[in-house]
Amino acid sequence: MELIYELLEKIPFSFLQYDFMKNALLAVLFLAPLFALLGTMAVNNNMAFFSDALGHSALTGIGIGAVLGLREPLLCMIAFGIFLSIAITKVKCADRLSSDSIISVFSSTAMALGIVILSQQGGFAKYSYYLIGDILTITQKDLYLIIITLIICYIVWILLYNDLLLVSINRSFAVSRGINAVFTENVFVILVAITVMISIKWLGILTINSLLILPAAAARNISRNAKSYHIITMFIAWIACLGGLLFSYEWGTSAGASIVLIAAVIFFITFFISANSAI
Amino acid sequence: MNVHNSCGLCRVEIENLSVKSRKDILLDNVNLEFHCGQLTALIGRNGAGKTTLLKAILGEKKYTGKIHYEKHDGKEMKNIIIGYVPQQLLFDKSMPVSVADFMMATKTKKPVWLGYSKQQKQNLKNRLQEMDCEHILDRKLGDLSGGELQRVLLTMAIEPMPDLLILDEPVSGVDATGLDLFYKKVTYLRNTYHIAVLLVSHDLALIRRYADKVVLLDKTVAEQGDAEDVFQTKAFQQTFGYFAGEEKIWN
Repeated sequence: MELIYELLEKIPFSFLQYDFMKNALLAVLFLAPLFALLGTMAVNNNMAFFSDALGHSALTGIGIGAVLGLREPLLCMIAFGIFLSIAITKVKCADRLSSDSIISVFSSTAMALGIVILSQQGGFAKYSYYLIGDILTITQKDLYLIIITLIICYIVWILLYNDLLLVSINRSFAVSRGINAVFTENVFVILVAITVMISIKWLGILTINSLLILPAAAARNISRNAKSYHIITMFIAWIACLGGLLFSYEWGTSAGASIVLIAAVIFFITFFISANSAI
Repeated sequence: MNVHNSCGLCRVEIENLSVKSRKDILLDNVNLEFHCGQLTALIGRNGAGKTTLLKAILGEKKYTGKIHYEKHDGKEMKNIIIGYVPQQLLFDKSMPVSVADFMMATKTKKPVWLGYSKQQKQNLKNRLQEMDCEHILDRKLGDLSGGELQRVLLTMAIEPMPDLLILDEPVSGVDATGLDLFYKKVTYLRNTYHIAVLLVSHDLALIRRYADKVVLLDKTVAEQGDAEDVFQTKAFQQTFGYFAGEEKIWN
């Protein structure tokens, strides 16, 4: 780690003299590919709304943590996130309501429950930083956590990607090919839940979903196969994250929101490229 | 008929097969047999249970009764390989997935986002060539015509070469030329690899031309035999109208 810090100091950017900026820079370097990978599949599966609900449900996780008197509610958030993801996936399969209504019901319930718990005796203000997030609070320990999650995600992406892809193209076709769709779907949503919950403190409940969805949605406009889709998504995520971090340093803005803004600009650029070239 | 070059299967026998849903009887006591090297067509009105029968054979629907797979020496065959081409593949057309990605994903565990070797790509090309559509390998899956998609699905259904190939004929999105080409390819497969083909179809003219045997289904087997014989029966005429067989056949 010391070595990396020293290397970073050689880069001629004034902001890198601060350790917290070094941590933040390293964090986004690893968070970008993590969100890019998961995002490609989340967009394929039309899960934008789902991950939004997941982000909102973090409030309940934090609330449960507070009730239990934990100082660090991360485990509660992850546990509740996983529970909610699997519940939504399961109910969606039952197919009795349209999936956006189902997700909306879960999302509002989880958010309302979280707010009710946290706002007891008017105490919500001390949790409000979760809404926007602060990337400068990242510590070295957090960095390790991000890197481990990224490695796990890559492993899943190597072992399960083809199955995930076939399930996302057509579920019953995948099943007819002997793929365990329930298992693959659950592994994926659990991975998304863990990633979202880990990062929410830095990226913010309100903006985290865009970071997952926008780079992949932008890449989708201009890619034709799985390989280019992955490469382009990852590039866009990197550009948005690094650009957003610089922007937030220069202007003192929220990093999460700045990253999302840049990703949104890239989305509109690729959208116009695709509209004009009919890819 | 003693050429069994690629398949060990000789005969599929369905005995007293019934499928019930919560309220209805979907299939009632179906008795049926079909052979390898033959194209057997299932016809019938909507709701006659054609797709249900396919699903029962594929193991996707619970049924009572028996399905035997027999080798040419009369012994029961286990671990039969069934290839299946669905009626239609509904998917998000804007998805960035190429034909090559789609085919590779079903064939290997190596994730397709890592790309593939020249050798693998050549193999895919050769397989598509057999279906006369090697030029679409790098196209986006969502850009294919209905007929092209159907042939890609057929290419995938014959790897590994099945003992029994089940086809649910596309009802929409495939034009007449595409459908004819599809049947030609199925016939080619039947002749070359001597597999049993079972298909659900709505196009009586094509059945007349390509099917070896026709089964008219209406919850149970109403008629079976050669196309011409079945087309003359009362049950057929009640289902499809008195002139259906003739008008379409003889044009």
